[in-house]
Amino acid sequence: MVLAADDTLRLDASAVDYGLVLAYFAVVLLIGFAARRRVSDSLDFFLSGRSLPAWVTGLAFISANLGAVEIIGMSANGAQFGMATFHYFWIGAVPAMLFLGVVMMPFYYGSKVRSVPEFMRRRFGTGAHLVNALSFALAQVLIAGINLYLLATIVNALLGWPLWISLILAAAIVLTYITLGGLSAAIYNEVLQFFVIIAALLPLTLIGLHRVGGVSGLIDKVTASPGGDEQLQSWPGTGLSAIGNPVLSVIGIVFGLGFVLSFGYWTTNFVEVQRAMATKSLSAARSTPVIGSFPKMFIPFIVIVPGMIAAVLVSSIRDAKAAGETVDYNNSILLLIRDVLPNGLLGVAIAGLLAAFMAGMAANISAFNTVFSYDLWQQYVKKDRPDGYYLKVGRLATVGATVVAIFTALIASQYTNLMDYLQTLFGFFNAPLFATFILGMFWKRMTPTAGWTGLVSGTAAAVFVYVLSKTGTIGITGQGASFVAAGAAFVVDIAVSVVVSMVTTPKPVAELAGLVYSETPKEQRTDPDAHLLSWYRSPTKLAGLSLVLVVILNVIFR
Amino acid sequence: MSTGSNATPDVGANASDAGRKHTAGAYDVRTVIAGLIGLYGLVLTIMGIVDYDDAARAKTGDVNANLWSGIVMIVVAVVFALWLRLRPVVVDPATVRAEAGEGTSDGSDSAHA
Repeated sequence: MVLAADDTLRLDASAVDYGLVLAYFAVVLLIGFAARRRVSDSLDFFLSGRSLPAWVTGLAFISANLGAVEIIGMSANGAQFGMATFHYFWIGAVPAMLFLGVVMMPFYYGSKVRSVPEFMRRRFGTGAHLVNALSFALAQVLIAGINLYLLATIVNALLGWPLWISLILAAAIVLTYITLGGLSAAIYNEVLQFFVIIAALLPLTLIGLHRVGGVSGLIDKVTASPGGDEQLQSWPGTGLSAIGNPVLSVIGIVFGLGFVLSFGYWTTNFVEVQRAMATKSLSAARSTPVIGSFPKMFIPFIVIVPGMIAAVLVSSIRDAKAAGETVDYNNSILLLIRDVLPNGLLGVAIAGLLAAFMAGMAANISAFNTVFSYDLWQQYVKKDRPDGYYLKVGRLATVGATVVAIFTALIASQYTNLMDYLQTLFGFFNAPLFATFILGMFWKRMTPTAGWTGLVSGTAAAVFVYVLSKTGTIGITGQGASFVAAGAAFVVDIAVSVVVSMVTTPKPVAELAGLVYSETPKEQRTDPDAHLLSWYRSPTKLAGLSLVLVVILNVIFR
Repeated sequence: MSTGSNATPDVGANASDAGRKHTAGAYDVRTVIAGLIGLYGLVLTIMGIVDYDDAARAKTGDVNANLWSGIVMIVVAVVFALWLRLRPVVVDPATVRAEAGEGTSDGSDSAHA
C-alpha cells in the first residue's frame, strides 16, 4: 500500500486553519441550501444563466476541470518530468479549447444535442448508445475513485487515520455534500473555488521560489538534480512520453496527447460544454472556452512549477529521486504545502484542495447517477415508470457509486503518478468516443452498426496497447503508452467505422438534421448579431490572440 | 416594459415585481467572492501580525507570507466590491421565471430536482 510509506506526511493544521476550511464549506452549503429552496430570483438568475457575464462562465469552464487531476496530477508530473508537463496545457488543453469554441460550439449550440449518450442514441440508435452509456458509467466510477483517493490522502494527512478509514470518511463527506445540495449551485461554486485555489497556489509558488533562491536558484537546483538539464526543456519530452526516439516522442505528444486525448476530452466533455451553453447568445457560448483559455495557459505556472520546486526542496522526494528509489510523486504538492505554508495560509490551501476534489468527485457521481438512471435503467431495464421511481433509482445509484468508488480508489492508490492512470483511462474511453463522435458528426454516410463496432474496436485497441506495454512487449511505459494507446484507439476506430459503413445501410438523411454538420441548417449555426460585437467580444479574434500567446509561451519555454 | 398579462388592472401584488428589473445584490457571485476572500484576508493579516513566530519564519524563509497574502486578498475583495457597486448585474425576474427549470447547471442535478 502506497500510503504506508507516507507516515511522514502530516499537515500540522491549527484551529485557525480548520476555521478557514469550515468557513468555506459553510458558504458552499448555504448557497446549496438557498439554491434548492430557490429563495430568490437573483439566485435563479445565477443558476440558470442565459445572461451570465462571460467571465463567470469562462472561469466556471476551467474551474470545473481544475480539480484533482490538474493540481495533484500536474504537480506530480512536474516533480517527475519537469517542464515537459507544459505540453498538457500548451499543446493539449489550450488548442483544444480554441477548437471547441471556434469549430464545435456553433454546432452544439445550433443542434439539439445536449449530452454525448443522447447524441449516440439519436445518431446511431441503441447499439452505440448502450456501449457508450456503459463505458461512460464505468469511467465515471473509476475517475471518482481518483478524486476520492486524493480526498482521503488529505484526510489522512490531517488526521493521520489509515487509508481505508480515511476513504470511508471522505466518501461520507462527499455524500453529505451531494445530499445537502452542493451540486445544485455548481457554476456558482466553481467560480468561488477558482479564487480560493488561486489564493492558495499563488503564495505557495512564490514562497517556494523564494525558498529555492528565485528562478535562477530553481534552474540551478533542477540542473543539479537527477533529471538534470532535460527537465528544463519541454521538447522533445522523451522523459514524459518514455519514447526514446526524439522524433517519435514529438509525434506521440502532438498526435496522441495534443490531438486525440485533448481534443477528445474537451469536445466530448459535456459537463464543460454545458457551462458554455449557459450564456445568452451563440457568440457568448463560443467565447466561453476562448476566454477560459487565457487563465488556463497560465495555470501551469502555479501547478507544475510547485511540483518542480517540491522535487528539489522537499528532502524526502529529493533524496528518493537521487537514490533512484520509487517516489510517490502524487504527494509532491502536499509535501511542499507542509514545508512552506505557515498556519493560516495552510488552512486556505486545505480548503481549496478539499473543495476541488470534493466537487470533482460529486460531479463524477452525479454524472454516473444521471446516465445510470435515465440512459441505462429507464432505457433498457424498466421503462415507463413514474418520475419518482427514477429519482429513487438515482438516489440508490448515488450511494452505490460512492461505495464502489471506495474500491476504485484502492486501484488509484497503486499508482505512484496518477497521471499515468488517468491518461490510461482517457485512452480507453475518450479516444474512441472522440473518433466516433467526430466521424459521425461530419460524415453522414456513417451507419448505426459502424457506431458501436467503432467504439468497441477502438477501446479494444487501446486495451491491447496497454497490455503490450504492461508485459513489456513494446518498450513504452507510463504516459507515453497512453498517448500511443489513444492514437491506436483513434485510428482503429476510424478505420473500422469506415469499413463497416461501406457494407451496412446508413440512416435516412432526413433523420440526421441537427446531428450531422452538413444536415444542420446554417441559420442554426450562426449568430445574426455577430458583426455588431467589438473585437474583444468576437470569439474568433479572441481565439487568434490566445493562439498567438500560446505559441509565444511554447517558444519561450521550449 | 409591460407584458400582456400585466395590463389587466387587478393582478396587484403580482404586477409589482413582474417586469421590473433589479440587481442581483447579495446573490451576485461577486458578493460571495468579496466576502469569503475578504474574510480570509482579514484572518491571514491578523495571523501575520500576532502569530509570526520562528516556525513560520523557517517555513517561508523570513517572509511574512500570511501578512502579505492577507493584504493582497483584502485588496482583491475591495476590488470585487467596487466592481459590484459600479457595474451591478441586472436581473429581469420575468425572464428568469420564464426560463426557470431549463438550462439549469450541468444536468447532473436533474435526478435530484
